[in-house]
Amino acid sequence: MSDIPGVHSEASTPRSATALPVYLLVGLYFGVVLVKSEAASWYRIQEMFRFESFHMFGVIGAAVVTGMITTALLRRSGVKSRDHQTIKVTDKARGWKRYVYGGLTFGVGWGLAGVCPGPILTLLGAGVWPMLIVLGFALLGTWLYGALQNRLPH
Amino acid sequence: MTEFLDVLRSPWPWYVAGPLIGLMVPLLLWLGNKGFGISANLRHACAILLPDPVKPNFFRYNWRAEKWNLVFAAGLLLGGLVAGGLLANPEPTQLSAAGVQSIQDLGVQVRPGLVPAELSDLSRPGVWLLLAVSGLLVGFGTRYGGGCTSGHAITGLSTLQLPSLVATVSFFVGGILSANFILPLFLAVIL
Repeated sequence: MSDIPGVHSEASTPRSATALPVYLLVGLYFGVVLVKSEAASWYRIQEMFRFESFHMFGVIGAAVVTGMITTALLRRSGVKSRDHQTIKVTDKARGWKRYVYGGLTFGVGWGLAGVCPGPILTLLGAGVWPMLIVLGFALLGTWLYGALQNRLPH
Repeated sequence: MTEFLDVLRSPWPWYVAGPLIGLMVPLLLWLGNKGFGISANLRHACAILLPDPVKPNFFRYNWRAEKWNLVFAAGLLLGGLVAGGLLANPEPTQLSAAGVQSIQDLGVQVRPGLVPAELSDLSRPGVWLLLAVSGLLVGFGTRYGGGCTSGHAITGLSTLQLPSLVATVSFFVGGILSANFILPLFLAVIL
């Protein structure tokens, strides 16, 4: 892999055992689950934020519990990743301000059009073309964060 | 055959869908020590698209090392095409009675599909505004907060990250405020 200025250390792993198309399949799997769980449904998101149904809480809760147990088992088992690395979880940066302010901002956006970043793409795939506007402005919002980063509390 | 198609088209209960989402975390770790998350793709897209002279430092990194994440995003589009396009559920989302009532109170009808017709009707300028504001907040907020539902609520909580708990609680506080107070006002004006 060629060296590009600004590479962070993870970029220089010797090789990746998993070919890129595998991640396409994983994405396909996740996209299908987002639709079938109705996590990509505006209606379900509204129902969730109004505490009018258990469905979405069940989906998210069961996902977290499953992820917690299976990830712990994977790490304890000592199995290596497919590229023979020790399985490691990158810890999130410390602090709380960015998580509160950023989280609140994202939450307000999520409650309006009912979409988080995954469903934006999945809905686009399903032919919901107005999601292009959401995606375009999400990119603008991302750029805005990048431009203002140093002036925001973290 | 029709019965089989009916099964493929119907939504899954939470106790099936939830665990299948949770498995994404160990699956991606095992495949290549990847952290499950999607919103970082918005950053990668900016890193790719912004011309060098005007690129903030935040976007100066080797996005090629994160190509897997972009391919994963492409897979999400494909998943949408398969499940939401070809095998779309012909029935309206089975909301609770209270849910149906709230949606109707917003001035929106519960019809088949994942997004209501009222909010995808681009002949209304108000709809453009709603989608634009929502997208802007999602893009800004996920980067500021360092992740979205998959990165924080699923991956972060699964791996016992305290910052992710703070972020997830904040998402929900924001979402509850937005869905209950901001959206009704917004829709009252634009619909």
